[in-house]
Amino acid sequence: MKSVLAVLSVVGALVAVWYLAAIPMNIQGALVEAQRAGVAVEPEDAAQRRQMGGLALAVKNPQVIPAVWALKRPRLPAPHQVAVELWKTTVGKKITSKRSLVYHSWVTLSATLLGFAIGTGLGIVLAVGIVHSRVMDMSVMPWAIISQTIPIIALAPMIIVVLYSVGIQGIIPKAVISAYLSFFPVVVGMVKGLRSPQAMQLDLMRTYNAGAAQVFWKLRLPASMPYLFASLKIGIAASLVGAIVGELPTGAVAGLGARLLAGSYYGQTIQIWAALFAAAILAAVLVGLLGLVERVTLKRMGMVR
Amino acid sequence: MGLVIAALAVWALGWWVNLRLAAGPAAHSRVGRLAVAAIFGVTIIAVWELLVRGLEVPMVILPAPSLIAQRFVASTDVLWADFVQTFLKGALGGYVIGCAAAFAVAVLVDRSDFLRRGLLPVGNFMAALPIVGTAPILVMWFGFDWQSKAAVVVVMVFFPMLVNTVAGLNETTQIQRDLMETYAASYWQSFSRLRLPAAMPFIFNGLKISTTLALIGAIVAEFFGSPTLGMGFRISTSVGQLALDMVWAEIVVAALAGTLFYGAVVLIERRVTFWHPSQRE
Repeated sequence: MKSVLAVLSVVGALVAVWYLAAIPMNIQGALVEAQRAGVAVEPEDAAQRRQMGGLALAVKNPQVIPAVWALKRPRLPAPHQVAVELWKTTVGKKITSKRSLVYHSWVTLSATLLGFAIGTGLGIVLAVGIVHSRVMDMSVMPWAIISQTIPIIALAPMIIVVLYSVGIQGIIPKAVISAYLSFFPVVVGMVKGLRSPQAMQLDLMRTYNAGAAQVFWKLRLPASMPYLFASLKIGIAASLVGAIVGELPTGAVAGLGARLLAGSYYGQTIQIWAALFAAAILAAVLVGLLGLVERVTLKRMGMVR
Repeated sequence: MGLVIAALAVWALGWWVNLRLAAGPAAHSRVGRLAVAAIFGVTIIAVWELLVRGLEVPMVILPAPSLIAQRFVASTDVLWADFVQTFLKGALGGYVIGCAAAFAVAVLVDRSDFLRRGLLPVGNFMAALPIVGTAPILVMWFGFDWQSKAAVVVVMVFFPMLVNTVAGLNETTQIQRDLMETYAASYWQSFSRLRLPAAMPFIFNGLKISTTLALIGAIVAEFFGSPTLGMGFRISTSVGQLALDMVWAEIVVAALAGTLFYGAVVLIERRVTFWHPSQRE
């Protein structure tokens, strides 16, 4: 209970800071609009205003301050503006509309999920191979670890264009990027997990005369579950980033990444923030769902402490 | 066709050598482990080269490693300028600012139990979000040059670093803190002698995660607008010109930079946390 209160007050403080920050960020634009509407502003010369800081302008023109939270194209939109835009573009529009964020989220989500499924599947297969084959362990594992330290997302634009030039487009290129971003965390986590049974437990399986397959299904795989879920959560977040970044270089017309890009081309800041929050909510829901599955699974397996 | 068969032969040979090495006594030595990994890497590159030549894969799909190496050597000045712009200015600048800011906030938060309870879940939540998405906003605020890239990096590394530092500062046990109390240690004395050293493994964990995030942030932010240099800029424009050898050369630079950056942090970690069980042989 105390934690909930603490979290709420931190979030409240962040929102308050956000509203306050909007004053110096947006005051220039608000003053221009106020002057056009015939309100006296200080100083009157626009060039002179540009020389001054946002705070000084706010102190000199306190009457304009309410306007900074209602601009059409603010540099920093106020939280309620973003919330209204989110509401309008999710609940207020038909799901099939090109302006609906649900539609754009679905475009990104489908690529994310497909890529995540492929990446996780291949990652688990490779991890099983690495655990059972000494050669694969010694050859592949160092490279899998090194690959974690390089920004493989830099490959994204190239993958899109190369796949396009061989005639593949649409969801697949984005899914490929999602897949390889979630692949390596799963490999590294799963190898750790499949190796987590202690020597004593492995010895016990030997005394039972268990074959390699039996050891795998009855000991290694169950023991790896906590590690698997930990890396799945990292993997799905990485997949979503991959799908969003995958939409940038081609100038895609649909998807959250396309929404971000279009917003930044046309200076539609509220649209950018709404897309950003949609992506954040999507990530939170995906990670939250995985966390739920993790809790239920581990509980039924009796692994929750 | 001959080259394709050669590729298969090279693959078989590399695998056979590794099989022998892994089964033999060399597998348990450091040199043996390095050799197996290196042979695997060299085999992959050789097979790549032979297959691309043998199947006559066009350069716009996959350039051969030799072409990438040629391009790399021929345009070192361009690559260096991009490296300075993206890595030294954008990524490293943002990394230092972001990690320092997160550390300072963590130390402040740590004094209050209420703040820590509130900030940790929020920080954990933020660390899982696709923060690269803030890039268009920050590019709008800070302009096209490296300052906006550094800003993206600051936002990206801040939360993982904050969460790790706060968790690390919490790592000491009650008995240890009580002992400092009996020594009549002041807050800052017990902070610098006990809690900060105990937090170091966690802090370095955050620093290591942040190295990769910093590079990702700096490169992706350039897709939203940049001056006419930088690794992300070069990648996106070279892709547009179908100059894939340049793209791969740039990726080699990114890979080297990422690995060396991470390696440097690991080296410092070994120096600082030599006492930790994970650092002992």
